Parts: sequence; C-alpha cells; structure tokens
Amino acid sequence: MKQDLRDLYQEIILDHNKNPKNFKLLEEPTHQSEGYNPLCGDKVNLAMKVQENTIQDIGFQGSGCAISKASASVMTSALKGLKIDEAAALAAEFEKMVKSDIDSEEDYSEFGKLAAFAGVREFPVRVKCATLAWHTMKSALGQTDKTSTE
Amino acid sequence: MEVAERKTLAEDIFCPIDVFDVEEIREDFPILRKRVHGKRLVYLDNAATSQKPQSVIDTISTYYTGENANIHRGVHYLSQLATQRYEETRTKVKDFINAGSEKEIIFTSGTTEAINLVAHGYGRLNFREGDEIIVSNLEHHSNIVPWQLLCEQTGAKLRVIPIDDNGDIILDEYKKLLNEKTKLVAIVHISNSLGTINPVKEIITLAHEYSAPVLIDGAQAVPHSKVDVQELDCDFYCFSGHKMFGPTGVGILYGKEDLLEDMAPFLGGGDMIKTVTFEKTTYSDLPSKLEAGTPNIAGVIGLGAAIDYINKIGYNKISAYEEGLLNYAQKVLQGVDGLRIIGTAHHKAAVISFVIGDIHPHDIGTILDQNGIAIRTGHHCTQPVMERFNLPATSRASFAFYNTKEEVDQLVDGIYGVLRLFK
Ligand SMILES: Cc1ncc(COP(=O)(O)O)c(C=O)c1O
Repeated sequence: MKQDLRDLYQEIILDHNKNPKNFKLLEEPTHQSEGYNPLCGDKVNLAMKVQENTIQDIGFQGSGCAISKASASVMTSALKGLKIDEAAALAAEFEKMVKSDIDSEEDYSEFGKLAAFAGVREFPVRVKCATLAWHTMKSALGQTDKTSTE
Repeated sequence: MEVAERKTLAEDIFCPIDVFDVEEIREDFPILRKRVHGKRLVYLDNAATSQKPQSVIDTISTYYTGENANIHRGVHYLSQLATQRYEETRTKVKDFINAGSEKEIIFTSGTTEAINLVAHGYGRLNFREGDEIIVSNLEHHSNIVPWQLLCEQTGAKLRVIPIDDNGDIILDEYKKLLNEKTKLVAIVHISNSLGTINPVKEIITLAHEYSAPVLIDGAQAVPHSKVDVQELDCDFYCFSGHKMFGPTGVGILYGKEDLLEDMAPFLGGGDMIKTVTFEKTTYSDLPSKLEAGTPNIAGVIGLGAAIDYINKIGYNKISAYEEGLLNYAQKVLQGVDGLRIIGTAHHKAAVISFVIGDIHPHDIGTILDQNGIAIRTGHHCTQPVMERFNLPATSRASFAFYNTKEEVDQLVDGIYGVLRLFK
C-alpha cells in the first residue's frame, strides 16, 4: 500500500466509516440541514439540538464515501457539548487543515481525531468529501437548509 | 470480511483476443507510455474520452503549423487549402457512416450540441402541446435535458421506455408507448454507463410505423463498431470526435436530407447565409445553413485523421478484439468476492460498471488511481440509470482496443488492494 493512501485512509477513518458515531435520526431537532456533494453524490442530513447556545445532541444520516461518512462521524463526536461559536471555530480550523499546503509545517497533534483528516490534503479532489459535513453543520446553524459543495 | 486471494489468472481463461498485435497498436498512442503516481498508466476511462493516436496529434499540429486559415471565405492559397481539408473530412465522415450525401453531415462541437441542434432546429418547429417524445431509461443526460427543455417550451410530453434488471430496454413497453402522438424517438445506441447495445434497428422500424423520426445518440457506438446510417434507416445520428480517438470540441450530426432541409437554423451568423439585408436574410443551403460561425477547423481535420486511423485498423478487428477483452474482464471480475457487475445486457460493449459490497466507488477510484489505474466513478451522467438500480454511483471500467489483458489483471489486483484496505 502506498504511503499517500495510508495517510488518507487512516485506521480512525476506516473505523468511523464502518461504525459511524451519531448515525441516527434526531427527534425534534432545533437545527437541521441537508448537504450534497454533486461530484460524488455524497449526501448528509444533519440535525442538532441546540439549547442555551450549546450543541446538546447531534445526529446525521445519509450516504457517501468513506471520507465523507467518517468525517461526519468524527465531527459529530467532536461537536457534542460545544458552544456554537466554538463549533464554528473548529470548522474553520478543520477546513484550514484539509486545504493547507502539503508541506505545511503546521502541527495538528493537538487536534485529536480530527487530525486523521490531514491526509486529505494530498488528494485535492477529495477535500469536498471531508468538508461536506462541516459545511452542512454551518448551514444548519445559519438556518439555511441546503448545502452544496459545488 | 476475509479477503480471498485472486482466483483467476490470465492463463485460466481462454479468450481469443490475438486479433492483432496490441503492443504495436499501443505504440501509436504516446500517452500510454506515461507513468502516473510512479506506475504505468492503465487507462480504463475510454467511455469518458479516448486517447489520441500520434497521427491525429500530428495532423492537428501540421494544420496549425502550415495550413491555418479561415475557411469558405478567402481566395488566397491557405484559405483554399483549409477549406479543402475541412470539406474532405465531410466526405470522409459521409463514407464512414455511409450517409447518402455530404449535405447530411453537419459539424458540431459534439454529441451534446448535435442533439440540442435537433431539439432547437427541428423540435421547436414541429412539436405541439400533447405531442410525445420517447426516450429510454438508459439515456445520458444530454439525451434527456434538451427534450425536457423542449417539452417546457412546447407542451410536449416526455415518455420513458423502462429497462429490465439486466439493463436491457423492454421492447414490449416501448411498443405500448408508441402511438399517433409520438413525434420523436431519441435513443442511445450503446449505453455509456452499462454498455447495453440497444436493438436500434428494430426500435427505428417500429417508430417508423407511426411515422415518428428517430434520433440515435451514437457517442459510444462509433468508437466500437461499424455504423451504417442508411442500413439503420435512422433519421438523425449524433456522435463525438473525442470518444473515437479524435480531438475534443468536434462532433457530428447526421440527418436525412429532407429533415435537415426543414430545420430552422439554430445559430445565426456568418457562413450560414446567402444574403443579409435588414429587411430579409436568406439562408445558405445544407450543410452550411446549420453551421454558423467559424467552426473548429483543426478539430474537424483531426477527426478526419481519427477516421483514417480507425479504417486502417478496421472495425472487424476492433470489435472482435474488444469482445474478447470484455469477456475476459467480465470473467475475472466476476471472480472477485463481493463484486457485482451492473449491466448484464444480452449484447454488451466493452464497458463494465460494478459495485463492491458497500465500498463507495469514490474510494475505489482514489485507490486505483494511486496504482496508475484510471476508471470513472459516479453516476456517469446517467442518474436515471443509477436510480433504476437503486445505487448512488458505480465504478466503471471502459475499454478501447489498445487495452490489454494485463491491464485487466492490474485492475483486478488493484481491486484486491481496495478489499484489503476495507476488510
Ligand atoms: C451516450 C452518450 N451520449 C452523449 C454524450 C455526450 O457527449 P459530449 O459530451 O461529447 O457532447 C456522452 C458522453 O459522455 C455519452 O456517453
């Protein structure tokens, strides 16, 4: 197996793809949105329960490639319990990571499981797969109801 | 999931594909020598676009180096030369598909434009509220959307022939759809996503019983097999240069002369007129009437070189070789645990769509790409086909006569790599 591929399909990503966390229909969400990536046909339905400015619960459904599914899974785990502005800040950081230069010296070791997606940098056409769930989350919080990565 | 080792080896399956020396043919295609991600390129995305032989590349280069001028307009040497090369190609295309005359060959930018030209030039004039246009469930978006747009404008209705689980058109259903209101049947000759070869001759005969003209989308047929428009008796036939080893940006609309004669021009401008005054403009005769503006001259001449190349090898050999390769590829792929081929039509071209368990095609595509193998993943511009099979996407390997058994083996090895990663 080539190193680039190992960087992309890290164990964490494969695990979350196989057994996604928070893959559920949320009853009575306060915020929700549907994300679509026309390139891959990836679909994410994201729902959140936000109370007192905090994400109390979050769930997603949909279909997609391993990267998009794992990304939604890891994202939902990371967001639970965060304040809305913290979630937005994390989204910005995540996006910065997956779009950064391959040789960037940035250290993502403090980024927890999200750091597993740093390998996506080497596959520009797959960046949209990794960011789909994040875009959908932002649009859910912004009260718009459709997201397309195109 | 246990990942089995490869079961089938090249030697185990006998497929007679020694029609020609494929290595010699590969020499004609410089790009096949390329390395991708450190591996030798295995190009299996021919249904999207084919590679070009050196003769086509050289022809275009020669044109720009020593023959470039605008056509039909100049009295000078180069303009006459360019015009001659352009019009020679029209004759070549005419002979290539056995059309009745050069007037029936319209140069377009591709299949998409050819279909849209018919929708605008023919459909808008002739379709009324309540008329019906029949397409099939197999169509490429380019043979759906122009008709939908036309239906919106005219009040005509789109009717769809269903397909069965093999990806074959259900002819009995087609017969039921035909009636006096049918004003056009628009059908793909060979499906780009499933490889189904449609019984177009029968489809055409049936439509003609209701006096409905038939448009055939031949984008995927011309690269693989001989097309004879008079034998088929089709009314329109559309195809693209870039899928038949020619350049991008050039395609053909064939139409029966009387139908083209009745068509309104689509684009107005230079080259398509006889006289222009502010009171009244008269149009040129066919084919110029339907070719406004400066065309893709280099592309057309390059297409001529592609036709020469196909003729040199011969369709009998091309079709025989590809059939052997398809049989081989289907057999070895069927031996892969969990792999399901989508599209098992009775007559099939060398296109194989497949899915593997719940592994997403885009993951398969990325991993194969790292092995130098180019396949297509997604809906292949045929979303209704994906919906019919209840799939978001498939992986598709599509072959040309320069592909080899060894490349099929590399594809299968690559797929085992995918299975190991996702075990
Ligand atoms: C069956 C079929 N029809 C039409 C088209 C459109 O051809 P083009 O993009 O060259 O206009 C394609 C190409 O993808 C095709 O495969």
